[in-house]
Amino acid sequence: MIRFLRRRRRALVCRQAVELMTAYLDGALDARDRERLEGHLADCPHCSEYLAQIRITVDALGHVGPEELSEDAIDDLVHLYREWRAG
Amino acid sequence: MAALTAPSTERHHGSPGTAANGHLASRDVKDSELVARLQAGDESAFVELVTLYQGRLVRLAQTVVGSRAVAEEVTQDTWLAVMRGVERFEGRSSFQTWLFRILMNRARSAIGREQRAGRPHDTVDRFDASGAWATPPVPWSDQVDDRMVADDLAARVQALLPQLPEHQRQVVVLRDVDGVSAEDVASLLGISDGNQRVLLHRGRAKLRALLTTELGGTR
Repeated sequence: MIRFLRRRRRALVCRQAVELMTAYLDGALDARDRERLEGHLADCPHCSEYLAQIRITVDALGHVGPEELSEDAIDDLVHLYREWRAG
Repeated sequence: MAALTAPSTERHHGSPGTAANGHLASRDVKDSELVARLQAGDESAFVELVTLYQGRLVRLAQTVVGSRAVAEEVTQDTWLAVMRGVERFEGRSSFQTWLFRILMNRARSAIGREQRAGRPHDTVDRFDASGAWATPPVPWSDQVDDRMVADDLAARVQALLPQLPEHQRQVVVLRDVDGVSAEDVASLLGISDGNQRVLLHRGRAKLRALLTTELGGTR
């Protein structure tokens, strides 16, 4: 019974699970919190879906390309470099 | 289930211990070679560095100063500082971190004020009094494949980024778009590690919500 109560006390609610997800993805949770979160995720399809969507969002951000560069912008900077080199 | 895989993101640059580090390490090696050539006065190395970084610098500067024109001026100042300072660059940090630090300092000077404290986040409270979901997320993750992420969602999140508050946008761009480490982002922005994580969390949460709206609208 005591063990059961302890486990209940330690169990995460969804709000807490969501709050831990960024640290989880960073690998920054200690072992205990990681286990609690993974235990919650195993039982909670909504939080699992939320985490899956966050992963996809992060993945998409990783595919955002650099801003388009105009040839002029590069030419201007090279001109600046030459001027600087010339002193 | 995807949610229970290892706590790292499946991306080309991510948290420590992922394959991403190999990518970052090879970029650092390439940067070091370019910097050595630049220190020797090689113009083509300068052009390569500009080509690699100019777009990212303008984007990052714009998160601080707002206007594209001012961001381009700040970026030009940054390259001037690189030319002047590269001889003294000893590689104690990565070139990227050094470069971003110069840019952030100049961007902050350009707006003539210190950064304001983070604003409260504006996500709807989706949990009931017990902390369980009151409005569970609308499922869409199973409809997304890798190709859709690269071809479609990347463009969508890029278009959504301006909707984030300034500080969340800075952290999200640095961490998730440019792949800068948590430690370096905290240092670049002059905030604590905990604070950068809160801003990252809120920024990602908001983008996820915005993406859901977009995907819901097209289904």
